[in-house]
Amino acid sequence: MRIYFLMILLICSFPLLSQDCDYTLRGILTDFHDGTVLEGATIIVAGSERSFVTDSEGKFIIHHLCNETYSIQVSHPFCLTKGFRLSVTGDTFKTFKLEHHLEELNEITINGKVVSNQSKTLQENIINKEELERYSSRSLGDALANLSGVSSLNTGNTVIKPMINGLHSSRIVIINNGVRMEDQEWGAEHAPNVDVNSISKLTLIKGAGALQYSGDAIGGVIIAEASKVPFKDSIYGKTQLGVGSNGRGMFFNSELIKSYDTGWYTALQGSIKQFGDFETADYNLSNTGIYERNALLKFGLNTYDIGFEALYSFFKNEIGILKASHVGSAQDLLRAIESDQPLVINEFTYDIDAPKQDVTHHLARIKAYKRLGGLGKVKFQYDYQKNNRLEFDIRRGADRGKASLDLELDTHTLRLDLDAKTSNQSNLKVGFMGSYQKNFARNTGVRRLIPDYDKYDLGAYVIGDYQANEEWLFEIGARFDFTKMDVFKFYRTSFWESRNYNQQFSELVVEDFGSQILTNPKLDFNNGSGTLGIVNSFDEKHTLYFNYSLTSRIPNPSELFSEGLHHSASRIELGDLSFNSEIGHKLSFTLERKEDKFSYSINPFINNISDFILIEPVSTTSTIRGTFQVWEYRQTNAQLLGVDLNATYVFNEQMQFNHQLSIVKGQDKTQNEALINMPPVNTTNEIVYYNNKFNNLRLALQSEYVFRQNEFPNTNFEVYIPNTESYVEVDVSTPPPAYHLINFNSSIDFDFSERSILTLGFQVTNLLNVSYRNYLNRMRLFADDLGRNFLLNIKLKY
Amino acid sequence: MKNIFLLPAILFTLLLLGSCSNDDDTPELVNEEELITTLTVTLVPEGGGTSITLSTQDLDGDGPDEPIIYVSSNLSAGVTYNGSISLLDESSRPAEDITEEVEEEADEHQFFYTVGSGLDVTVNATNFDSDGNALGTEFSLVANGVSSGILTFTLRHEPNKPTDNLATAGGETDIEASFTISVE
Repeated sequence: MRIYFLMILLICSFPLLSQDCDYTLRGILTDFHDGTVLEGATIIVAGSERSFVTDSEGKFIIHHLCNETYSIQVSHPFCLTKGFRLSVTGDTFKTFKLEHHLEELNEITINGKVVSNQSKTLQENIINKEELERYSSRSLGDALANLSGVSSLNTGNTVIKPMINGLHSSRIVIINNGVRMEDQEWGAEHAPNVDVNSISKLTLIKGAGALQYSGDAIGGVIIAEASKVPFKDSIYGKTQLGVGSNGRGMFFNSELIKSYDTGWYTALQGSIKQFGDFETADYNLSNTGIYERNALLKFGLNTYDIGFEALYSFFKNEIGILKASHVGSAQDLLRAIESDQPLVINEFTYDIDAPKQDVTHHLARIKAYKRLGGLGKVKFQYDYQKNNRLEFDIRRGADRGKASLDLELDTHTLRLDLDAKTSNQSNLKVGFMGSYQKNFARNTGVRRLIPDYDKYDLGAYVIGDYQANEEWLFEIGARFDFTKMDVFKFYRTSFWESRNYNQQFSELVVEDFGSQILTNPKLDFNNGSGTLGIVNSFDEKHTLYFNYSLTSRIPNPSELFSEGLHHSASRIELGDLSFNSEIGHKLSFTLERKEDKFSYSINPFINNISDFILIEPVSTTSTIRGTFQVWEYRQTNAQLLGVDLNATYVFNEQMQFNHQLSIVKGQDKTQNEALINMPPVNTTNEIVYYNNKFNNLRLALQSEYVFRQNEFPNTNFEVYIPNTESYVEVDVSTPPPAYHLINFNSSIDFDFSERSILTLGFQVTNLLNVSYRNYLNRMRLFADDLGRNFLLNIKLKY
Repeated sequence: MKNIFLLPAILFTLLLLGSCSNDDDTPELVNEEELITTLTVTLVPEGGGTSITLSTQDLDGDGPDEPIIYVSSNLSAGVTYNGSISLLDESSRPAEDITEEVEEEADEHQFFYTVGSGLDVTVNATNFDSDGNALGTEFSLVANGVSSGILTFTLRHEPNKPTDNLATAGGETDIEASFTISVE
């Protein structure tokens, strides 16, 4: 660059005497982004040492120029200095544009707010980097459960599925680094395949606020993203090491980022986590260990007007499932429930045996953007995900050690988006996406739970917002999705006939194998979704949000095609081929107060869902293995009502009090009964001491109180017990009693060297070692939840 | 810049075409490998006589059809029977003998016999695993007095051995078959 300038300088410094040099250059300097004029910029004409400063209107005048090509250097305190080449032919007028936002971008990076709001009219809940780091040894679901309105549906203590306002699985969309996760999320015992250490910010939208990603998030959207890399020559990163007493495990995480002032950057992150059997207050939870490995690599160019990024991430997680939960028939289930302690308690081990899950998720993504002056930012993205889920049951003979379930899900997605600033007050986002998904179920010697299918999606959206004045903001959006599924499914002949499918769907039959029938259902869905929102900032402290969203979700493969024994639930589950899409209407209202002393938000909501798909017990069936309860999926009209409350009171610079309360009620409006697995009322209160004069010492004492769920459908049933020759009720529905947990959290910073900070963290969860069971933990029928855990964490930031 | 857009677009098209080309493949039929469809108990009277057969057959596994239960004849009071249990998977052709598999993994399996009230019989396992704990695919049944009631055979996979108590044995039930029998 310097050589280039010097050469031009040399060329231009030859005075050409024959020329008339009395022309004038008039110019105006504006911001590339929004056209505002830039005052106080310095303009230097190379070779003449003459400099000029722009006035309050961004204008400047340079006299005595020749008919010549000049090099002009423009600099401004908030912009990157830029050189221009300019031919002067007579008196000339020229507009110069500078990237005024670079400095702002840097500022934003420092504040941790790197991405603009995903939805402008839904209050967003954000978990920042510092908070996330406290969950390094745990999971995404654990971190999210810290927000009001979010609970988790657990299978043991390592499969943590986020639940937003009472909804989970296919009704929640997770966006990981801009990619919609396709990781068999339909299963209640399938945890999200996202490493909590690979992200630096989590945004929760309790509604369909992010139409650019999906229109089917009836429960809500979770956006996980990495922090943006700054525009400067730098190399930085962090390394964390933690050990936990419960499960006697450790985790290690390290990341390194190299950035250049040209906008190029590259980042590498890896983490590993291993825990053995966890324990309750009283006993060992046999076979509940976890072994997780993750890696992420990305590089790219990030400048104001163009950029691209290539990213690859790898996630592998091996999770043991409580041995005592592996039961055969309903009689086994009864024995397990009636026993106070799990029927299998072995010595502590790090080994993970069957039953277990072994999940691998690969994610590759390329994205690029270009800012077109006057039009906006055009973005392109292609991503590929490969998810392989292995589930191991206790098997016999030659099948020992072989997975019972082996699903491979490949998803390709292409997106094209345009973010346009249509005026100073309004924005418009439009986009298209297309995706292709293939599910392949390998032959494991166990009938396929999910059939082989190909799925094609086409979607388009438009979202506009209008800032009428300082007080009012309006947002409106619409999205349309077309989905086509091409499925190959084997039905048991006895089921096919008992359901009358042989009359209804006889044209789907491809081949009859006697006891099984191969069918080829082809399903089309046309789904519309939309959102309408208003924000009123009626004074400096208070904001009102109002949002209505319409969402449509196609039935997931398990709702459509389940037909047989679901081993981990020891029940027979039956889907329905004729289901149509679920339609949700959610009205949400938030009053938010933000102030130094006292801040709060109150967020009541109502979510009416028509054709809501739920599963319920309908009968029991006898097999040679004993009795099983039969659960069938059914469509009904459901209503979820609730309120989430957050409040913070700051006593002084050091002391702060946080409060959270979540209430949700779910009703099946057709049958007039409570919905199953609704989170009980829960409240969290926390007192935090923070001293920035004493090494940023932070001490927090948290109380978590979970009430008993009093509203639940009665799904108990009776089985015949040969031992006692009597029918006994199997109580699978009564929720456990309320419980109260105390947690402690502390951290302190030390200057390790000139450029690095060492943070020591110490946490205790379930400080009082309480024995309790959680209604939303599927293992609650078999064992208590976790006992006390001490966690020590060392972090070095460099 | 154009190249950035072009490359993934080409990649995507290739992948799409690649995945379409094998679309005609229909998936392979899965026969449940560990399915037990049939349990047959043969009771041979000591000192000779006609054998008695008890059987239960559930060809569609956990499908909606109920098992078919068959008892060949009544037992005779005062007679001791040598019992043996055979397990078959008749959903595959030819039918697969599962008894062998269970006997090979004797230390992980056990049959339990539950004698219902009213029925006056005594049942004891006569074959054992390598640790000397009961396996029970072979047993002796003494028909004590004239009576009738329910006799249940339960096969547990991975019970806490040694045990004779079904209620605390743990493990997973592979078979639970009840027969109404009479001793005359």
